Amino acid sequence: MRVVFKTSYDSDIDLHEHGADRLRTALLLGLMAVLPFLVGDYYLAEATNTLIWALAGMGLMIAVGHTGQVSLGHAAFLAIGAYTDAALMNAGLPFYLALPAAGLAAGLFGALIAIPAVRMSGIYLAIATLAVFVIVEELVIMLEPITGGVGGIMAPSITLFGVSFDRYAALTNFYWLVLGIVALVTWGYANLMRSPTGRSFLAVRDSEVSARALGINVTRTRALAFGLSSGVTGLAGALMGHFIGFFNYELFSVIISINLLLVVTIGGLGSIQGAFLGAILITGMPQLIAILRDGVNANFGIDLGGIPGLDTMVFSMILIGFIIFEPAGLYGRWRKIRVWLETFPLARRDMFRRHKTYLKTERMK
Amino acid sequence: MTELLQLVIGGLANGCIYGLVALGFVLIYKASEGVNFAQGDMMMLGAFIALGLGNSEQLGLPFAIAVPLAVVIMFGVGWGVERVIVRQLFGQPQFALVILTIALGFVFRFVAGSIWGYTPLVLETPFAGMNMRAGGIVISVADLIAIGVTLVLTVALWAFFAFTQIGLAAQAASQNQMAAYIVGVPVMRVNSLIWGLSGAVATVGGVLYATRGAIDPNIGLLGIKAFAAAVIGGLGSLPGALLGGLIIGIIEPVAGRYAPGEFAKMSPYIIMLLVLVTRPGGLFSQIQMKKV
Repeated sequence: MRVVFKTSYDSDIDLHEHGADRLRTALLLGLMAVLPFLVGDYYLAEATNTLIWALAGMGLMIAVGHTGQVSLGHAAFLAIGAYTDAALMNAGLPFYLALPAAGLAAGLFGALIAIPAVRMSGIYLAIATLAVFVIVEELVIMLEPITGGVGGIMAPSITLFGVSFDRYAALTNFYWLVLGIVALVTWGYANLMRSPTGRSFLAVRDSEVSARALGINVTRTRALAFGLSSGVTGLAGALMGHFIGFFNYELFSVIISINLLLVVTIGGLGSIQGAFLGAILITGMPQLIAILRDGVNANFGIDLGGIPGLDTMVFSMILIGFIIFEPAGLYGRWRKIRVWLETFPLARRDMFRRHKTYLKTERMK
Repeated sequence: MTELLQLVIGGLANGCIYGLVALGFVLIYKASEGVNFAQGDMMMLGAFIALGLGNSEQLGLPFAIAVPLAVVIMFGVGWGVERVIVRQLFGQPQFALVILTIALGFVFRFVAGSIWGYTPLVLETPFAGMNMRAGGIVISVADLIAIGVTLVLTVALWAFFAFTQIGLAAQAASQNQMAAYIVGVPVMRVNSLIWGLSGAVATVGGVLYATRGAIDPNIGLLGIKAFAAAVIGGLGSLPGALLGGLIIGIIEPVAGRYAPGEFAKMSPYIIMLLVLVTRPGGLFSQIQMKKV
């Protein structure tokens, strides 16, 4: 176990606890940057997809993981981001203006609906977001001049300062662009979480009453968190639009909302790393299932491809397993393993005992 | 005028089915303050079990035996789901149950899809195609039965919670689990019972739905609309759930007739948002100010 010698108060909130930690982050970033030289086009496209999902996951993580606001409708913000970006670029705006505008549009819309919605807590907010999702989906179909309606819309290829970032023609450049955006957002997110604003998110999540007693404006904090959350998701939506190329409203189905929720829950609620782990799982799993299915078909002659909905079924079973056996998610499990290794042989079984809460309500009937 | 009346009567019958599924939500909410997002899929599964037992090319039991049997089976399914899976989450935050039941819904859909396939099937009923005429309005017998059964079931469930010992125990368990446990309420067993009951109610809703049209494994998505109904009525209120269902059931066809198509689809959710913003606890609100 490493003992960190702190020489100033500031080191308590440092982004990295010690030098080795910083080195690890730098190494990871370096590895991700040279990835195009290590793998082929197919896996590079998959990596890009994973990064975009991680970005969307981070967006939802701000709301669900760090502020305790469950959203079942985040696909709506993906859609708003994607359509705003594509519509602005079709109108002739360059990408470096359209992308922030897409994030801003989704963020503002999120904050706007959050202001009445944050008065509700827990389950009611989840329901309200679900309703907003359905309404946005129908609006997309209705606003045909902008969104292309049922037919769909084409996301134009990106060119920045004369360099092409087209998803097909220049995949490597597109990958670097996505990596850069994801790295920036991650850095901003990590910094946010050590600022007073980020700490107030955590306070609101853990106890609304105590947060209020400490002088935090709960409504404003929640609206801000939800706005930020939908803004980041909007950015991811814009990138997803460019990645898919041609899309209509069906790209942003309720299944996507649920998959996003899967990303943050399986990854580990309340940790940025969790969003990445969850995204790797959710984008890697269909590939893994396909490979396994081919293997079963080749070796045993059982054609699992004939059973529709098997992928969703496997996902659901994994999700149920995580909820029951490891609510802290992949990242939580990794932390437990790490503590076990660091303190070997002193780890005890009860070190990570789950805290139980018993239901008490304000209902009178 | 007759056109509007005709729409309203069809809407009433539809609304009763929404109301029945919403009742399932409310039952579980009343007992454990959790929300079962798989309720719509339980309804779907119940309808398919009745179909599998009753249709002539399947098991071919008489309608009067197949439906009660399906209700009993789904009671068992609901009970089993609580006993084996949901109970593991005892003491965990509400949010966990939401995600768990969403996943469960997918599992149910997969099970029904792999047994009965994804092509729409029609449940054979003794009163299929029978109509009654009053004035210029045509009322199908299936609609009348849907309305009648729903009313009886709502009153019965309301009486169950208001007067029986188990019903009162269930309410106690939802208001303060720990205190209820201390005064001797078997909290876990009550929860199992309520889940079984909501499975049974869902089956009745599913069968009524199936008497009015074809069913496929994706009709469970109706659960979202029923959920809006439960919220409009105020989660936790049985008459509220029925009222919410009726409101949605009537508004939908009327909006579909007199407004652009997309509005009809949006209308349940717009009403729900309006209710949530103006009266966060629903029309039959049961929430008081939070005390510290």
